[in-house]
This record gives sequence, structure tokens and C-alpha cells, in this order.
Amino acid sequence: MNREPPVSWITGIGLTSFGRHPGRQTLDLMSEAAQAALLDARLERGQVDGLLTGYSTTFPHLMLATVFAEHFGLRPAYAHALQVGGATGFAMVMLAHLLVDSGAAQRVLVVAGENRLTGQSRDAAVQVLAQVGHPEYEVPLGATIPAYYGLVASRWIYERALDAGSRAPDDADSLHWQRELAELAVLMRRHAAGHPGAQFREPIGLEDVMASKAVASPLKLLDCCPVSDGAAAFVVSRSRGDGHAVRIAGTGQAHTHQHISAAPSLVRYGAAESMARAAAAAGFGPRHCRYAAVYDSFTITLAILLEELGLAPAGEAGRCAREGEFSAGGRLPLNTHGGLLSYGHCGVGGAMAHLAEAHLQLTGRAGERQCGQPERAVLHGDGGVLSSHVSLLLAREG
Amino acid sequence: MSEEPRDWTRGAEGIAFQRCSGCGHAWYFRRSFCPACGAPEPRAVQASGAGRVHAVTEVARAPSEALRARAPYCIALVDADEGFRLMAHVERGTHIGDRVQARFLEFGGRPVPVFFKANP
Repeated sequence: MNREPPVSWITGIGLTSFGRHPGRQTLDLMSEAAQAALLDARLERGQVDGLLTGYSTTFPHLMLATVFAEHFGLRPAYAHALQVGGATGFAMVMLAHLLVDSGAAQRVLVVAGENRLTGQSRDAAVQVLAQVGHPEYEVPLGATIPAYYGLVASRWIYERALDAGSRAPDDADSLHWQRELAELAVLMRRHAAGHPGAQFREPIGLEDVMASKAVASPLKLLDCCPVSDGAAAFVVSRSRGDGHAVRIAGTGQAHTHQHISAAPSLVRYGAAESMARAAAAAGFGPRHCRYAAVYDSFTITLAILLEELGLAPAGEAGRCAREGEFSAGGRLPLNTHGGLLSYGHCGVGGAMAHLAEAHLQLTGRAGERQCGQPERAVLHGDGGVLSSHVSLLLAREG
Repeated sequence: MSEEPRDWTRGAEGIAFQRCSGCGHAWYFRRSFCPACGAPEPRAVQASGAGRVHAVTEVARAPSEALRARAPYCIALVDADEGFRLMAHVERGTHIGDRVQARFLEFGGRPVPVFFKANP
């Protein structure tokens, strides 16, 4: 193949606050974000000819994109929903990128949201999410999403303790590495304090994380992202327009397994493979980026992804956070809106908030959170249990 | 051995896995072909129940009211000696690297594999 890499632009973003939006349904929240994205891109409804939506656990539907198009008032030439768990938001952006390049659409609205917090009971949310596990071989064991990630974290701690010279990792090793993970929760909370839309903004310290109640060892409550109501939307366009556009320079995916029981490895997941594909398309990689947006459903998710993407040396994600490397003035500002851990997690819209913040940073619109003038950003999301990976590389200029 | 192996996911006390007659690949989740080479008619095999702990978590927060009374309980990924990995319950205090042997105990109204530390 001897064709130019695809070119597309994110010309508008919309992001609601995350947290409690009592009485507001999936379509209400999606509409709010979509309206904001159109306003940001200076588009009228009639100019949107493509629509991609995620899914909603509180409003399961066979045809969510069509339902939304009717509700919001769109008559797109191309529309459907897409689902890859937490990776859905970035996967929709990748698809929109390919669609506008192919000519199937000129301007694609990407939107997702739901009332995941107030639209169902806590048990219902936990049970729905646990279904990413195997219905016959895993779920009957009383496994939950935190349990799957607890397994992942236990092995990460074991491997890191071995790397550090321990011959038989014990409880003291575990506590040491739990504190390293806790640094990431502290950092996300500090960042969330700067964003009025974040669900949790009160500062927390390392000891707060360590003392928070047990969920699935070694993970404690503050190692886990909350459940939130919220929504996010983007406009992906074939032409740059004259507004604040960010170029989608490269995209990639990797899918290694669905169930953690069947993961080929608990040390290396598909993140590096996915990012290598994005970097090949972009002509630059994560090391050339000065802003990072990385999926952080749990502290362990963030640690593993940062390490595998080469954004932190193995075992040093906590140290990097502690020493300010991921802060606004550091070498690689990370999730400056507070991430899933503190901005919140409303399902598909969760990771989309990461991209909304990256867009603000690249276009110099992040206000008090602005981190210099980053020209390139690295984004990575995963769905399932580190099962489905999507990488995006964004650039400020053409 | 033409008899179907006992399989806890079908209510019996046993761990079953499959092996490909063509390429020798072993796996856990039941299907009608080999996921490695595509060959049909894999053999269903009874596992010995012996293995080694690869990862372990103690679940403090059960997913349903019915299971709440059973918490905390420990879930592990165990590398079975036959060359496949499975999720199961595990005795409290078990660590990664421990040799373990499966027994079967009731959980959520059915027998589930629970691994106990094996005598070295």
C-alpha cells in the first residue's frame, strides 16, 4: 500500500460535569454533550453527516445511534453504535478518523453518556460490569471488575518485587508496591481539584488511599474509579476549518483476549502493540509527546499502561507521580482533569473526558490547568480487563 | 476414555479442560474446535486439580446480596499442571507461587473449585 496516512481533525469537544445528575437520562446527557461539541465546532445539526455512539448500561438498545439521531435531530448518512467497553470512546474516534478519510462522511459526531450512577442501584452497576467476565467460568465465582483487576495487581506487585530483588515477595513488599500505586490516586485527585466538572475534588493523601476500605486486594476503594453520570462528545472532520482543531495523527488497536483467565500474559498486555501501530501511522511516538491521557479505571491500570507504553520505566510510575513528572509543570503532564479516578467514570464517556482535556491542552484552552504549549499528545484506552486497546496520537498543527 | 469428564460449570465436582489431538494445545473454556489451529473434535479431559497460583485477590465486596454473607473470599488464577490456566476460589493465606490442589465446596448454590495449599 502506497497511500498517504489518513488525515482528520477533531474540531469540537463537549464534556458534561461527572458525578450525580439525578433525573437525567442517557439521551439527556448525550444531548448536552453533543450540543456542546457542535457549538465548539461551530456546526449546525444539518452539517453532521456521520454519527457514532457508544452504549449505555442504563439504556440498553439495539440501535442507540439511530435512537439518538432521532432524539437529537440528526439525519446522518452514516450511523451506528459501537462497543469495546472502556476503549469504546477512543475506538469511535479511530473509526471516525477512518470514515472521514474514506469519504463516507465529512463531519462525524461521536457521542456517549449515561446516568450510570443515579440510574441504577450500586449492585446492579457492579453486576452489569462483572459481565465482562466469563458467564460460566468466572462470574459464578463471585468475581467482579475490581476482582479481575485485583488479580492483575497481585501479579504486577509480585513481578515488581522480584525485579527489586525480593526472592519470595511477602506482605511488606506488597505494602510497598501498594503505596506506589496509591501515588497515582493522589495525583489524579490533585489534578481534579483544578477542574470544576470533576466528581471528587477534595484533596487526598497517600494514607487516605492506604486506609480506604478493602475492595479486592490489593486494591482499596481509592484505587478504584467511581461510578458516575456524565457524557462527552466530539466532532471529527475531514477539513480543519478555521477553529481550534487538533489533528488525529495516528491510531492503532490491539485485542489480546476478553477474559483475564485467557490473557496470554499478566505482565505484558496489548498496549505496546496498539501504540506501535498508532506511532507507525503518525510518524512519531509517545516519547515525542508532551501531554498524556491514559486510561485509569484503577491505579493498577494506569501503572501498567504507563509502563507498557514507555511513559514510565518499569515499576516507576508511582515515583514519577510523586516527583512531579506527571504534573502540570513536569516532563509529561498526565490526565490533568483528574482521570477516571477523580473526574469520574460514566462508562464510554469516561475515557472521552481524557480526550476532551487533551484537546483543551493542545489548543491552549485549559485555563489554569494549561501545561505550556504541548504540540503532541499520546492517548491510550483499554476495555475489558486490559483486553481491548486503542491508541491515539494527536498533534496541534497540520 | 469416552466418558465426559466431571465439570463444575455443569454442576459436578471436577475441572474439565480440552486438548487438541492435532497440535496438542490445551485450553479451559469449552468449545468445539481448537482455538490455536482450528482442528475439530478436541478431547475433553479431566484435570488432576493440581497447579500453582499465578495471581490472587481477596474480594471484600461481593457483587450481590446473596453472596454478601460469603465475603471476604479469595479468587485466584491457577496454572494447572496440564498446561491451562483457570480462575477458582483459593484458601485464604495462599500466595503467588504456592503449589495447590483443588477441592470442591458450595458457593452460590453450586460446587466451585477451591484450591488449598498442597503439601510440599
